[in-house]
Amino acid sequence: MVKFIIKRILAMIPQLFILSLLVFMLTKAMPGDPISASFLNNPNLDPEVIEELKEKHGLNDPWYVQYTNWIKRLLQGDLGVSYVHKVKISKLLGERFANTVVLGAATLIISYLIAIPLGIIAGRYQDSLADKLIVGYNYFSYAVPLFVFALLMLFIFGFRLGWFPTSGSVDPQVTKGTLEYYLSRLHHLILPATTAALLSTVGTIQYLRSEIIDTKYQDFVKTARAKGTPEKYVYNRHILRNSLLPIAAFLGTDIVSILGGSIFIEQIFGYPGIGQLFISSILQRDYSVVVVLVMLSGFLAILGTLLSDIIMSIVDPRIRIEE
Amino acid sequence: MSLPQLKTEKVEIEQEQPPTGFRVIWRELVKDKLALFSLILLLALVIFIYTYSFFLDQEEITKINLLNIFSPPNAENWLGTDYGGRDVFGQLIIGARNSLTIGILITLSTSLIGITLGIIAGYFGGWVDYVIMRFVDFILVLPTLMIVIVFVSLVPNYNVFHFIFIMSLFYWTGKARLIRSKTLAERELDYVAASKTLGTPDWKIILFQVLPNLSSIIIVNMTLNLAGNIGIETGLSYLGFGLPESVPSLGTLISYSTNPDVMQNKWWVWLPAALLILVLMLCINFVGQALKRAADARQRLG
Repeated sequence: MVKFIIKRILAMIPQLFILSLLVFMLTKAMPGDPISASFLNNPNLDPEVIEELKEKHGLNDPWYVQYTNWIKRLLQGDLGVSYVHKVKISKLLGERFANTVVLGAATLIISYLIAIPLGIIAGRYQDSLADKLIVGYNYFSYAVPLFVFALLMLFIFGFRLGWFPTSGSVDPQVTKGTLEYYLSRLHHLILPATTAALLSTVGTIQYLRSEIIDTKYQDFVKTARAKGTPEKYVYNRHILRNSLLPIAAFLGTDIVSILGGSIFIEQIFGYPGIGQLFISSILQRDYSVVVVLVMLSGFLAILGTLLSDIIMSIVDPRIRIEE
Repeated sequence: MSLPQLKTEKVEIEQEQPPTGFRVIWRELVKDKLALFSLILLLALVIFIYTYSFFLDQEEITKINLLNIFSPPNAENWLGTDYGGRDVFGQLIIGARNSLTIGILITLSTSLIGITLGIIAGYFGGWVDYVIMRFVDFILVLPTLMIVIVFVSLVPNYNVFHFIFIMSLFYWTGKARLIRSKTLAERELDYVAASKTLGTPDWKIILFQVLPNLSSIIIVNMTLNLAGNIGIETGLSYLGFGLPESVPSLGTLISYSTNPDVMQNKWWVWLPAALLILVLMLCINFVGQALKRAADARQRLG
């Protein structure tokens, strides 16, 4: 068990290394460098002085020296400076990252709240009308692109019906810390989180349904029934206990896909998170921020798959044997 | 002495041949009314879009007419006009044609890369497999959407072929994985061993024996992939990082909805494009699911 986890974490290191190398090469491919950029609006500065500053900050070093220095700074938590906003990137990131985490967590919770009951119903009452409707919903949510669905939800519930605010993460007029403030945040959160959740249930529903259908014809379930166990216990104690646990393993991959979708969700609902920051940084050519965001998302994605693998190995010992 | 003549009579043995190829697909489609309806609707839409766009003049459509800004749907402009007084219906048809064509091109190029690498990895195994699969694993954990956006914003003189190239770089991995796992199973079968014993070269076995056996899986995968690729392309175009401005996409029309006024009051500009994407996606997926069942005997309805 421990051996597997350690091996799995070690396997992560080359992935992180190649990711950082790719991101670093992207930085070098992007126009502009920090020194020239910060003196862009200062025509009095001698080009020679700029050259000197570049030399001093190591921008003329060979790439591998620059790369190791960059990694060292990253590991020390120094993310660099945004050229456009003239503030430290860590400061720019803080609140937005928290917003994205809140949105992601809400999406996950709502998605499980929808998917688990639906998956159980579909599996238990296989081929009933309810099952057919659920399978139909699954086809729909698999086929529809997130951004089209999000726009339609915003149009109907935000603009036409006016039930939810159409942008932002909180009403700017309420004071921070009051009950009103948290209610406003919740109000701003419901529509984007529900929208994202409705389309991220496919995997869970499909898995639960087929798992329950498989389990309910197995011998131990037949035995339980033959002994006269009430149907309620057959499901709650025998079938669900076996089928529900592996869902935990989807957590990591779910985090990765929700993170990917956050670009569209945040952009459409005007929700100030890292997805929106990414798009605005690209449009403003604020490349130092772009690089940090790509690195951060890649890191979170690698961490997410690691999490999934570890949970899976705890829940299902069969996959541990190999490796 | 003559031998008694043996009476030989031809006996017709009723042997039911298992249905093959298109017959299976057809039976599946007839059983699944929704898929049949989707197929007909899809064909009708595609034929209409391509023939109609043939008679449309893109210059004429994209000409700005400031006297006719944001006019609601009427007899002359069936779906009204946008902020530049341009006909929305014409843009919808041209956008749909471009999105479909580019979706198909991306599907073909990612299939070419994915199938080639997947089949090589699965057939030869060993270190070839190891190297290709580690490469695939690495691309799979990348934040693909972000990296595609970064690439698109970095390329100078950006055009459609750059877009197809960038998309092909990152979206072939799923297919490579699928084809590899199927090839691994196929490789163990007797016919491959027999061919090897006879001395058939590997490339012949791969091209003429293994590949045809994987064709149904490939067709299913490409169909479902086409829907996915159109979704990604229109999504990126919506954000402004998809097709260049000279090649309008369905996503371009939808992107006008970023303006709240257009979103709320001028719905005819963006809503038809959004609904058209929805309909196209659903149709392609329903057909794809029917094909998937036809390809797998255990799931067939018919």
